[in-house]
Amino acid sequence: MQISGAQMVIEALIAENVDTIFGYPGGAIMNVYDEIYKQNSFKHILARHEQAAVHAAEGYAKASGKVGVAMITSGPGFTNAVTGLADAYMDSVPMVVISGQVPMSLIGTDAFQEIDAVGISRSCTKHNYLVTDAADLARILKEAFYIARTGRPGPVHVDIPKDVTAQIATFDYSKPVELETYKPNVNGNLRQIKKAMEAIAEAKRPLFYLGGGIINANAGEEIRKLVQMTGIPAVETLMARGTLRFDDPLLISMLGMHGSYAANMAMSETDLVIGLGARFDDRVTGKLSEFAKNAKVIHVDIDPASISKLVNADFPIVGDLKNVATSMIEIAKTTVDKERYTPWLETVANFNRLHPLSYKEDTVELKPQWVIQRVGELLGDDANISTDVGQHQMWTAQFYPFSRPRQWITSGGLGTMGFGFPAAMGVKVADPSRVSINFTGDGSILMNVQELMTTVEYKLPVINIILNNNYLGMVRQWQTLFYNKRHSSTDLSVQPDFVKLAEAFGGIGYRVSTKEEFDAALKDAVEKNVVAFIDVKVHRLENVMPMVPSGGSLFNMMLEYKEK
Amino acid sequence: MEEAARRVISVIVINEASVLSRITDLFSGRGYNITSLTVAPIPESRYSRLTIVTSGSVRVMEQITKQLHKLIPVLKVIEHADLVEKEMALVKFPITENLSDISALCSAYNGNIVNVSEEVIIAMVADEPKRVDYFLAAVKRFHPKEIVRSGAVALER
Repeated sequence: MQISGAQMVIEALIAENVDTIFGYPGGAIMNVYDEIYKQNSFKHILARHEQAAVHAAEGYAKASGKVGVAMITSGPGFTNAVTGLADAYMDSVPMVVISGQVPMSLIGTDAFQEIDAVGISRSCTKHNYLVTDAADLARILKEAFYIARTGRPGPVHVDIPKDVTAQIATFDYSKPVELETYKPNVNGNLRQIKKAMEAIAEAKRPLFYLGGGIINANAGEEIRKLVQMTGIPAVETLMARGTLRFDDPLLISMLGMHGSYAANMAMSETDLVIGLGARFDDRVTGKLSEFAKNAKVIHVDIDPASISKLVNADFPIVGDLKNVATSMIEIAKTTVDKERYTPWLETVANFNRLHPLSYKEDTVELKPQWVIQRVGELLGDDANISTDVGQHQMWTAQFYPFSRPRQWITSGGLGTMGFGFPAAMGVKVADPSRVSINFTGDGSILMNVQELMTTVEYKLPVINIILNNNYLGMVRQWQTLFYNKRHSSTDLSVQPDFVKLAEAFGGIGYRVSTKEEFDAALKDAVEKNVVAFIDVKVHRLENVMPMVPSGGSLFNMMLEYKEK
Repeated sequence: MEEAARRVISVIVINEASVLSRITDLFSGRGYNITSLTVAPIPESRYSRLTIVTSGSVRVMEQITKQLHKLIPVLKVIEHADLVEKEMALVKFPITENLSDISALCSAYNGNIVNVSEEVIIAMVADEPKRVDYFLAAVKRFHPKEIVRSGAVALER
């Protein structure tokens, strides 16, 4: 088939069964936008900022498990998208981002809206391409989708000069991907798995350490089965929330800097860490030399570079978690004796009784944790939960009753403020039958607030719950605890009227400061099914607790902080 | 902490645009050292071979190897244990220096005089990097004007 480069992009997206893309047009990508205009196979959602377009594609990918697609123009269009690429790279989100580039003849001349896009994206993508001939486009786009979704997933960036989108060449998308140098190992070495299972059978205090790789591998079901049949307790990382149901008796909670006392103590006391798709991030381990000091380590990951990067693995297993977990289940049937771990479960239960995750209610002001728990009571499984970054994010991870994988959408590795609203928009596109909630802060929400326009235009009723404490709360918390209360540039007393702001874009706004008002607002927003801001006045100086101070040992937690 | 030792690795990559920057970006982005780096296409193939001299502990080397493998165009990473290693150096001397003394010194280090003009003498040696160091120390007394080293290349024995 002889078609233009721009038409090839469309044909490739159709061949990949893409139903929605998020983007923003501009000079260098106009040929492709012209073809988007002419087709009816997929929907294009015009975000109001390129960063938001990429976050929306991330939200879509995280909620659906499919490859998210974003399209942007050259120069500033691309540089605006970089934060989204970096975010997706850190959290292993499968995504293809297509950018326009100035014509080949102008590359290197400092042309209008020219930037070395592949030079910039190299360090924050799984792979990238500068297309120099339309004849390569079919192969490159097919490889891009393949690389994005296989192995450890990640974003792939394809930069296409304007003259290449105009060039006519042969298009054949039927050729299978042949990448001699890229062959992810998916099965896991069976002998290694057997050895690991022997270690589990011999351990006295084993602990599942569940990571986001489980969600990426769609291995939630297998992991639930594995945990249940072995009777071994589990902790989850931030990215793994929803792997086990919130009420699973074997789920301790989240671990790490703001993990529960029980989760962090269990990790400190275990004699065998069973790491599944987790990467021993510094926010999880605290001081490395003290982390799980007396434990052997099993580490299953699709990415060999994640294994023994920070914590030495005694049983390294490279493979896809769905496959490895299936093998583990098979072996566990004959090797694992549940009763063996009963004393250990008692110990863990004691940790839980000693310092359960909790907060103190206030008679006057709303506590942010209450708001989150309340949404959990009212919507539970019927909502998908996105967040921005900061205190509200940690409280949501701690207190929302997650019941399934892909219910929880957050920016973990990069910690990108402004992620939540556009991501929740992408989530709504991927899963329209559920309520899409974005828990956010009064700081974060302003970082992509323009998406009010997109969500109103495309009728994507995201409910933004702003836990408003008039502070950049997390930084304020650190200043209180570690900088002698010098609240440098974190006081956000000067604020927009969030109700009017939502209304100005055609959304609906609520200002609430009591439990009754909150219930009424949430109920109304869900019923009306419109884009909403619920501006919740919460206690200004609430801190996220427990807290492991940065670089401290996991078992040295601050459990509460009394304001003097 | 474990000692950071000198290591030599060879990387076979698909010879395509920007593959070298992928490698060097990885080293700078993750804070690994590059002592020297050479690269050239492998004859009659679509690959290039890089020889990288670096330093790091066993753990760092393991990470470097794994991270290199993660790059899509990387076919093979060879961590050399038992290797033959050579490096070339070119040195420019003023014509006023003693030609035969320089020549004699060169031949001790597998080299010779490669060019003599009205102004300068250019000598070449090709030897193990350590021995190239010795050579460069030895020729100091001939007042070298300019020195260029190629970086090491290596083959597994």
